[in-house]
Amino acid sequence: MEKRCLDAQFKGVSTGVSKYNALNHHFYVSSKTINKVIQVHDRIFCCMAGSLADAQAVLKTAKFHLSFHSVQMESSPQVIAAASVLKELCYKNKDELQAGFITAGWDRKKGPQIYVVSLGGMLIKQEVTIGGSGSTYIYGYVDAKYRPNMSREECLQFATNALALAMGRDNVSGGVAHLVVITESGAEHTVVPGDKLPKFHDE
Amino acid sequence: LSEKNEPEWLSEEVKTGTTILAIEFDGGVVLGSDSRVSAGASVVNRVMNKLSQLHDKIYCALSGSAADAQTIAEVVNYQLDVHSMEIGEDPQVRSAATLVRNISYKYKEELSAHLIVAGWDRRKGGQVYATLNGLLTRQPFAVGGSGSSYVYGFVDAEYRKGMSKEECQKFVVSTLSLAMNRDGSSGGVAYLVTIDEHCTEEKVILGNDLPTFYDQ
Repeated sequence: MEKRCLDAQFKGVSTGVSKYNALNHHFYVSSKTINKVIQVHDRIFCCMAGSLADAQAVLKTAKFHLSFHSVQMESSPQVIAAASVLKELCYKNKDELQAGFITAGWDRKKGPQIYVVSLGGMLIKQEVTIGGSGSTYIYGYVDAKYRPNMSREECLQFATNALALAMGRDNVSGGVAHLVVITESGAEHTVVPGDKLPKFHDE
Repeated sequence: LSEKNEPEWLSEEVKTGTTILAIEFDGGVVLGSDSRVSAGASVVNRVMNKLSQLHDKIYCALSGSAADAQTIAEVVNYQLDVHSMEIGEDPQVRSAATLVRNISYKYKEELSAHLIVAGWDRRKGGQVYATLNGLLTRQPFAVGGSGSSYVYGFVDAEYRKGMSKEECQKFVVSTLSLAMNRDGSSGGVAYLVTIDEHCTEEKVILGNDLPTFYDQ
């Protein structure tokens, strides 16, 4: 249920997530390889955080609304549309839900974008963003290392490093890292197992 | 009618929210801290020096409850003076750390403070000891305080063995600056103490001289 999400924008978007699913306070790992980066449309992906049950339910509804919306508009949905659908669901049901999302994607109108929908239903656009329980440990790293207009490889390396550092410190983040790169030409999903992640001085 | 007509800072416990860190290099150590002391949501001191001297070449960095941390430092300062007179020479850093640890462990239920002890002695050179909750462990570097959570990733990535004194100082200042940016309980100015065989240097870096990052 705890996890980590990271998005950084280059000319496409790279989304990284690390996987561990642990029930509340007993730290039982129910799965080490859950994918928390869900595709809601061809070039729009969402990272889930918080209660995974809530997040999955919200995303299922959002996927439906979005595909209906895109049929009505007769074109691919904009990234902000996907984010807004999530925001409406999170805000209107804020008392019952405990889920946050990072929505990232590419559309023809505004290119690559990243939107954060927080727990209460706030929606903001950002260039780089992190979320989940493990994110507290890498605020310093992201602030120091992120530069605007990095290349695709630099962005991927940055996301992988940040995930590895957070997984190294957060006891409820770990397992494998899922990385998705979204550009004009499509989306690529890679999985990096824990032992192939970069190692730092104390490992 | 509300009972609480007094300002909140009179009733809230005074904590040094804090970011503290210490790192050893070949021949000495560098200690760093922020300068914010908070009581609830109020900042009651924005220029407090949290690097406290225990002996000529041994300092400690304070975090947690301000009163508890200061008291531990004062008591250990006294105990170290007595000890160094008894042995007739400068005390070892490990002795100072052990004294701090003994108090932290014995009174662990009553106290809530974490001190990082660092210094230089003739036998083992520069050393950094963490004494959280009553343990004693020597580490190449140690971070502590509420702001430290935000910079674990940064220090893990940036620390390398065998850094020079200047690189260590730069590392400490960057780390403090990043933590002060993100942690509401850390802020103000950065205090730096560099201890090596020849001298003990105290430095203050004012807010606007701290390194800035992409969103500032």
